[in-house]
Amino acid sequence: MFFPTRFTATGLLLAAALVLAVPAAASGWNMTPGVTEISRAIYDLHMLIFWICVGIGVVVFGAMFISIVLHRKSRNATPATFHESTKLEIVWTLIPLAILIGMAVPATSVLVQMYDSGGEDMVVEVRGYQWRWEYKYLDDDLNEQLSFFSNLSTPRDQILGRAEKGEHYLLEVDNPLVIPINRKVRFLLTSNDVIHAWWVPDFALKRDAIPGFINDIWAIVEEPGIYRGQCAELCGIDHGYMPIVVHALPEDEFDAWYAERLELARAQDEQLEEQIAQEWSGEELFARGESVYATHCVACHQAEGQGVPPVFPALAGNGVVAGDLESHMDVVYHGRPGTAMQAFGPVLDPVDMASVMHYQRKAFGHANGEVVKPVDVIRFAEAQ
Amino acid sequence: MSAVIDAHHDDHAHGPAKGITRWLYTTNHKDIGSMYLWFSFLMFLAGGVMALVIRAELFQPGQSFVEPHFFNQMTTMHGLVMVFGAIMPAFVGLANWMLPMMVGAPDMALPRMNNLSFWILPFASALLISTLFMEGGGPDFGWTMYAPLSTTYAPDSVTYVIFAIHLLGASSIMGAINIIATILNMRAPGMTLMKMPMFVWTWLITAYLLIAVMPVLAGAVTMMLFDIHFGTSFFDAAGGGDPVLFQHIFWFFGHPEVYIMILPAFGIVSHVIPAFSRKRLFGYDSMVYATSSIAFLSFIVWAHHMFTVGMPLAGQLFFMYATMLIAVPTGVKVFNWISTMWQGSMTFETPMLFALAFVFLFTIGGFSGVMLSIAPADYQYHDTYFVVAHFHYVLVSGSLFSIFSAVYFWLPKWTGYMYSEALGKVHFWLSFLGVNLAFFPMHFSGLAGMPRRIPDYALQFANFNAWSTVGAFIFGLSQLLFLYVVIQSIRGGQKATAQVWDGAEGLEWTVPSPAPYHTFATPPQVK
Ligand code: HEC
Ligand code: HEM
Ligand SMILES: [Cu+2]
Ligand SMILES: [Cu+2]
Repeated sequence: MFFPTRFTATGLLLAAALVLAVPAAASGWNMTPGVTEISRAIYDLHMLIFWICVGIGVVVFGAMFISIVLHRKSRNATPATFHESTKLEIVWTLIPLAILIGMAVPATSVLVQMYDSGGEDMVVEVRGYQWRWEYKYLDDDLNEQLSFFSNLSTPRDQILGRAEKGEHYLLEVDNPLVIPINRKVRFLLTSNDVIHAWWVPDFALKRDAIPGFINDIWAIVEEPGIYRGQCAELCGIDHGYMPIVVHALPEDEFDAWYAERLELARAQDEQLEEQIAQEWSGEELFARGESVYATHCVACHQAEGQGVPPVFPALAGNGVVAGDLESHMDVVYHGRPGTAMQAFGPVLDPVDMASVMHYQRKAFGHANGEVVKPVDVIRFAEAQ
Repeated sequence: MSAVIDAHHDDHAHGPAKGITRWLYTTNHKDIGSMYLWFSFLMFLAGGVMALVIRAELFQPGQSFVEPHFFNQMTTMHGLVMVFGAIMPAFVGLANWMLPMMVGAPDMALPRMNNLSFWILPFASALLISTLFMEGGGPDFGWTMYAPLSTTYAPDSVTYVIFAIHLLGASSIMGAINIIATILNMRAPGMTLMKMPMFVWTWLITAYLLIAVMPVLAGAVTMMLFDIHFGTSFFDAAGGGDPVLFQHIFWFFGHPEVYIMILPAFGIVSHVIPAFSRKRLFGYDSMVYATSSIAFLSFIVWAHHMFTVGMPLAGQLFFMYATMLIAVPTGVKVFNWISTMWQGSMTFETPMLFALAFVFLFTIGGFSGVMLSIAPADYQYHDTYFVVAHFHYVLVSGSLFSIFSAVYFWLPKWTGYMYSEALGKVHFWLSFLGVNLAFFPMHFSGLAGMPRRIPDYALQFANFNAWSTVGAFIFGLSQLLFLYVVIQSIRGGQKATAQVWDGAEGLEWTVPSPAPYHTFATPPQVK
């Protein structure tokens, strides 16, 4: 006998253990039904196709295993001789075709429903950057009302295993997107550099954010809550580190939040005016610059300014940083087009910009004389 | 099919040359076939080591083993090496060895080009892999090379990657031309098209696919080259170009490419299952038609890889329906294989075990394929580990298992010795266990929301990833056993008969084992 049953038995046992152990070992191993009408429809579609596949699998694999058990040489020494049947071929062409049509019908209707954008209550522009998201709340004429960046907030120590990982490791941000429930929110997706993809599984929304193009999707969230997702298109080194967090609030809470944020933004503008006018000391700028650096620069240029040469140049001992302020600011303000060094002019306010400039020129063993003040940044910007 | 072998031997026939020149200058299809197979095994190990680096990093959450930048290079290079270095050359190697013997030809139609198309490969692959050691690192933008990450934002070494892809493509096209020329012109008298063995049929169709789409890939990477160095903006929106255009061109190549990697596998399985079921292949004609329809459909489904780029509704629907249709001819093939086994007289030697595992696991990959084809559901699956599970079920337990099956099946014919059946079975069971342990949990991590191509992940995916890593190492290490079994069979053992397997049919079993350096100098007569 050619077939050592020993091997089959162990193999089957291991396979069975695998199939049973894996789901048991973890919670959450299926698609989420989510919190929108569309996401539930997609979940139902997913389960429908899954069970159809299981059904077909039982028939096909059943026939195969019956054959393996019964039609082996030790039980069936003389093989049958049939080798074709047009009738059968037609049957097993038409039956799968019918099943597929049965799947295509509900799939088409869900798709048509998803493409029904328009009639929205509010519009949010979502802009991908290497490696953060920017959210802009637009008014009816698509003018920007409020905008902010959303960065990963997991501490680097957790990533590097020097601190215990928190519950929402890699799925937490400093400024989450906030939207109201029960209102149709339309998202306009685009990107500043490479292609990213904005994905929140609970909304069943995944769409590419493409530089130079705008994609649009929408959602009506039905339950308040915190929903987490991730960038789903390879976008460079920190692709794994640009999560999405959405807070869905009841309508009145959202309205209150929005009013408060608008007020805050106005106050911040005023405060900024004051801060710009304020007399900054070197120490104050250094401290603020350190935290700006930690949010915006550390991913590439690293904590000690050592960079990851040759991909990301070291700032420690760097000629540009040690050189004159004008050309140093030029790099940070305008970036280097066509490289990963983006323009920080539009991202940082004059105070943050001044402080991070000051920080670079003082940290990493540098000791450039002058203090970089917010007014310097404004003067620089006006000269552009 | 019966054949008459002509025992007469040409007087100027000769054996292989001595020393290294045998391999450098050879025009012999068997030598070239062996070189292709050894080369692809080497690349398989190289790509495998990269996969293990990836899996080691992903064993636990946290950045533990490699930096994200190197991680991205590993995923990219793993994909490129496995597709262009391991799977495709392995099938070309099998074609070189078997096609002339299967159609009763003395050699390939264009033996010198055959030598060239092989010898391009080691240089192209060395160039590709050497980019890992260049300043700025190797390609880190995924094997799909989406612009502008692969153009404006790419490391400098991308230029060499493009050149390597051009070379690999040229080699594939030459190989394909040779295969078509051989099959169409050099069949033994009496072997009509509808009498050709299935491996010959599937390779004929595959070769046409190759000729149709490799130039498209060459065009895509050339446009990248122009965007990078010559100031064009094909894929740069700032200059009036379109990044999505790259994806359309890439996948117009890319989808037929996945069938290039599976059609020859269909052929192999259609030889092995009848041989060990001792029963003729069920539905030969429908197998040919199914293969042709799959090849045709493969040209009109490419944008199912791009459901999330924001196509108009009509486009989404067209590509969804066309993709779903592929399941029909694929199903026909599976039903035919099972009907071949039905009421056969089966035995379960290693080639048969791999072929059965192929039918089982490829079908699972087909199921996840049908799920992916449903556009609204694909919004949730796309670019997650669910897709990774899908294409590894079709590529590893599909294409690769069929290659293992083929090697065990024809090894006695090549070496003249039987391999160790016991060790072969151990290799099979370890591979079977490893593949499932590595890739089955990926369905779950993907559905639970884990994106692909990330070096670190949230805590809820930890269990699945730990399992996957264990499975990947079991699978990877057991391939060393495969190497051992093959070497053992080359060095000696139980002598193989000409027939080798009692149920096997075809001209290749009418020549002695090992097959002489020159076979069918005079064509056999096929009735
Ligand atoms: C996405 C990665 C990334 C981030 C984030 C980043 N940089 Fe850079 N930076 C680069 C790269 C790449 C270069 C080199 C560009 C080139 O090739 O000329 C660079 C160059 C520079 C240079 C010029 C150095 C030289 O040798 O030419 C300065 C100064 C600089 N960055 C400062 C900053 C500051 C300040 C921040 C934070 C506000 C920052 N960078 C954030 C990637 C980054
Ligand atoms: C026959 C052998 C097959 C091979 C070798 C294969 C290979 C692949 C590969 C490599 C990918 C990943 C693409 C990426 O990098 O994003 C993929 C994705 C996909 N495959 Fe297959 N596949 C096969 C069969 C099928 C079948 C039978 C179907 C459907 C009936 C199918 C449908 C899909 C879809 C829809 C995707 C896109 C998923 C996504 O990007 O979200 N495939 N396949
Ligand atoms: Cu990304
Ligand atoms: Cu495809």
